[in-house]
Amino acid sequence: MSILGNRVLRREDPKFLTVGGTYVADLALPGSVHVTFVRSSMAHARVVSVDSTNAQAMAGVLAVYTNDDLGMAKFPTVMGMTNEAMAPPMLASGTVRYVGEPIAVIVAESREIAEDALEQVVVEYDPLKVVIDPVKARTDEDLLFPDAGTNTSFSLDFGGDETLFDDCDVVVELALVNQRVAPCPLEVRSAAARMAEDGRLEFNSSTQAPHGVRDALATFLGLEPDQVHVVTPDVGGGFGAKAMVYPEDIVVGWCAQKLGRPVRWTETRSESMLGLGHGRAQVQHVRIGGTREGVVQAYRIEVLQDSGAYAGFGTVLPFMTRVMTSGPYKIPKAECASVSVVTNSTPTTAYRGAGRPEATAAIERIMDVFAREIDMDPAELRRRNLIGKDDFPYTTPTETVYDVGDYHRALDLALEVAGYDDLRAEQARRRATGDLRQLGIGLSCYVEITNGLPDGEFGAVEVRPDGKVIVRTGTSPHGQGHVTAWSMLVAEQLGVAIDDIEVVHGDTDIVPRGAGTMGSRSLQIGGAAVNQAAVDVVEKAKDLAADLLEADREDIVLNKANGHFHVVGTPAVSRSWAELAETAAKDGNPLFAEVDLASPGPTFPFGTHISVVEVDTETGKVNLLRHIAVDDAGRIISPLLAEGQVHGGIAQGVAQALLEEVVYDLEGNPLTSTLADYSFISAAELPSYETRFTETPTPVNALGAKGIGESGTIGSTPAVHNAVCDAVAHLGVRHIDMPTTPIRVWNAINDAATGDGSAKGGR
Amino acid sequence: MIPASFDYVRVGSADEAIGLLSEHGEGAKLLAGGHSLLPLMKLRLAQPALLVDIGPLRELSYVTEEKDYLAVGALTRHHDIATSALTLSSVPLLAHVAGQIGDPQVRHRGTIGGSICHGDPASDLPAVLLALGATFVARGPNGQREIDAKDFFVSFFEVALTPDELLVEIRVPWPRDALWGFEKLTKRAQDWAIVGAVAVRSGNSVGVGLINMGPVPLRSSAVEAAVLSGANAAEAAQFAAGGTEPSADFNGSVAYRQHVARVLVRRALEKAGV
Ligand SMILES: Cc1cc2nc3c(=O)[nH]c(=O)nc-3n(C[C@H](O)[C@H](O)[C@H](O)COP(=O)(O)OP(=O)(O)OC[C@H]3O[C@@H](n4cnc5c(N)ncnc54)[C@H](O)[C@@H]3O)c2cc1C
Repeated sequence: MSILGNRVLRREDPKFLTVGGTYVADLALPGSVHVTFVRSSMAHARVVSVDSTNAQAMAGVLAVYTNDDLGMAKFPTVMGMTNEAMAPPMLASGTVRYVGEPIAVIVAESREIAEDALEQVVVEYDPLKVVIDPVKARTDEDLLFPDAGTNTSFSLDFGGDETLFDDCDVVVELALVNQRVAPCPLEVRSAAARMAEDGRLEFNSSTQAPHGVRDALATFLGLEPDQVHVVTPDVGGGFGAKAMVYPEDIVVGWCAQKLGRPVRWTETRSESMLGLGHGRAQVQHVRIGGTREGVVQAYRIEVLQDSGAYAGFGTVLPFMTRVMTSGPYKIPKAECASVSVVTNSTPTTAYRGAGRPEATAAIERIMDVFAREIDMDPAELRRRNLIGKDDFPYTTPTETVYDVGDYHRALDLALEVAGYDDLRAEQARRRATGDLRQLGIGLSCYVEITNGLPDGEFGAVEVRPDGKVIVRTGTSPHGQGHVTAWSMLVAEQLGVAIDDIEVVHGDTDIVPRGAGTMGSRSLQIGGAAVNQAAVDVVEKAKDLAADLLEADREDIVLNKANGHFHVVGTPAVSRSWAELAETAAKDGNPLFAEVDLASPGPTFPFGTHISVVEVDTETGKVNLLRHIAVDDAGRIISPLLAEGQVHGGIAQGVAQALLEEVVYDLEGNPLTSTLADYSFISAAELPSYETRFTETPTPVNALGAKGIGESGTIGSTPAVHNAVCDAVAHLGVRHIDMPTTPIRVWNAINDAATGDGSAKGGR
Repeated sequence: MIPASFDYVRVGSADEAIGLLSEHGEGAKLLAGGHSLLPLMKLRLAQPALLVDIGPLRELSYVTEEKDYLAVGALTRHHDIATSALTLSSVPLLAHVAGQIGDPQVRHRGTIGGSICHGDPASDLPAVLLALGATFVARGPNGQREIDAKDFFVSFFEVALTPDELLVEIRVPWPRDALWGFEKLTKRAQDWAIVGAVAVRSGNSVGVGLINMGPVPLRSSAVEAAVLSGANAAEAAQFAAGGTEPSADFNGSVAYRQHVARVLVRRALEKAGV
């Protein structure tokens, strides 16, 4: 019997549930000093002077450094695609461009002293015009980087076919905002650095990509990669925002080098709300056309991406939006054009889905508007346009090749679980009686791309003479449960007990290479690498067993029930893994295999989510009653972990639809920099989910698995959003931008009642 | 998120606390549950030189029934009020409101006294106690005095206590036949009210309170007068926003808050049998 597909409990949990995890801030680092960053209180200003005299004079303050002291290069462009002039410096250099931008670093004997010293640093600013609205930024009226001559940080302009909608009977348009959100991992950013006795830099980091941190530190600090040793202890979430290296990380490393003392830094939540990259932040304009019978013929999306103050990873998110332009639908003509601009706000970055949720949100929202326009049930419209299961591999108009899927099956199952017809009947009843609490039903059919980056991954399996198995992986889990899943894969191949397997990750000395954990890549590439290494180790073991049992290699079999090798037909005479490992060790050739698996290419998970909400039409308050998720991530190795990913993903997706938004005032002051103001969702706002999986194995990788890390977020947001809009559609509301907070929903209802049916319900 | 440095004393008696307040004046601050004060200190918006921790004064944590009122010790935590059998049977409204404050952590630390003395118009208990016509008992160097709830909330985050006074008891009158309604609009369960409304009615008396509709918690006398003159809930609720000056922020414009106040007052009145 295979262990794969079973609900194996997380091996990680006993520790977290008893003694708790060990995060960077928990590490003992004797003799360490603390750094804190002087951050800009202005959104856009010339820094006239930074006077740290008083701070430096304080007892316990070692130093205050500015960018001039560091003398380091700026960050490079993102994949050569972004505007070079807009690359972020380590610390602000001459100009500050967002509230929270680091200007100087204070090093002190304690964190408390560092915080006190912060109040003694006087920064003199000369205010510049603040650009906070990306639409305004695009006009280039006021520039963040005068040398660049533009605010445009990146653009993609594909297509532009004037005749795109010529054959369509019905064309509808929609302008929508995919609002800026904060990833809010429970563990904020944190780093600790020290020069080890051997002269190497030892760096502890709360990151999703330890090898990326190692390489960046080496580059900026003028070291060879092997002179840097990065270790990630437990990491309390990242959601994409910890996939990249931040200036603060480099500065912490630099301070350790400069001062020869161990240095540590843990940001506060308020700093994290401004310093950790934000996600989403797109203004979209979409257009869809088709027949009155509900055949969609053409679709175009224009994306205005907010980069924030510098051209970081967020700048290129539209690239991923473009890849998923036409979603799960067979649309003959589809285009995506995008422009990214800088604004005086926190730089944007990858956040759970990173460009794909934005694509899904756009097309799913306008599908509903189109359905209403032609008076067709939104489920029926979707059914008529989904790509059929016999159409794969399917190449979209934006040249993405979807591997495999059965989109109709997911839709049908979701409708069945939801009891769709009954829900519509209940909705009709409430509409007819003018109930103050209206019911909304929202659908979202999605397809997304996972393992979309070209990197391969490292995996190794070693069997020790004591029978223990050591697995090393280049992925860097921070909540996902790789220790459990990789153990399952290895147990399956080797026939050993899960408890005899140790999974090692997040140490660049022990794991030589790795791309890390992001983009829902880990199982299909990192897990697959480990799986391959396990297969290779079994092959090596067969050689040894053949020698010991004096038999033909071809006749050696592994009994996976007990982890013993024997000659076919004579199971009584066998050799255990431990015996083989011992022999191998004596030969000076440990029983070991390592693999650098090249990426076999991306996969495309899909599914249908249905959300049921109740809207209090007098106050605009939305109550989420039910959320049904049918997801297909190919073959499910660990249903427990997959469900966990879906659950968390739904929570974050619902949060975007209903609650979360990073808000700035017109001067660029953040209004949501604490969790009292930023509406981070909690269990109290969420119902128990109804989740189902369909399994359509992908031919792309050996495991048949697709990624599941982000689909919960991608599928849920539009379903909830559509449900809210659906609840009040009969009142004349066409669209409400996210987050659909009480004030927005009420404004939309009110605007519709007073005649302006296109009201968007802004605040 | 790291407070400025301060001195800290954990007191053994109310008199010791009052003595310290008298001695240190404005520089000293009482610390009860800390759930309003500590966040301000962490953001360095408050930098008291001395924290006088009254947490150990368990003798100020109680709910007892007196002849005309329910007596609640100032240091009684929200959770204890919400779950006290006495509160549930004699002033169920108070238990209901206390049980909805913030989240479980907040309710296990925050105290009724802290909630009142903080003077935040967005807090729930002040408006409720106002509508109920509660009396607050303060103790200072010269002994005790009683303050009517209607005289207590002076302005935004300012209450009628002198810097050397300690709130010790809250007296809540409760007619046996009272009907009540409490309505609170929040984005999340743990949030402060965008707007809240409370209504209590018994015989020919009525009390209506508003949360977060101005710089102080409000009692809506216009609504009360309308009810007393025979208006139904919907009619009376039309007066709910009159004279209010709610703040405007991204959770609600002035017009929205005033609209919601009318809706919630109507609903609260309906529940209170109006
Ligand atoms: C996340 C969160 C959510 C919350 N949500 C809500 C909500 O929905 N509704 C709501 O009403 N409240 C809410 N609160 C506030 C909560 O109720 C607080 O606990 C309460 O307002 C203050 O009580 P405390 O005992 O913590 O006071 P502290 O923070 O200790 O003190 C507050 C102030 O009162 C003074 N003080 C305290 N006790 C006395 C006394 N006996 N005599 C004189 N002065 C005194 C202190 O000096 C200080 O100035 C929330 C708080 C948090 C952190």
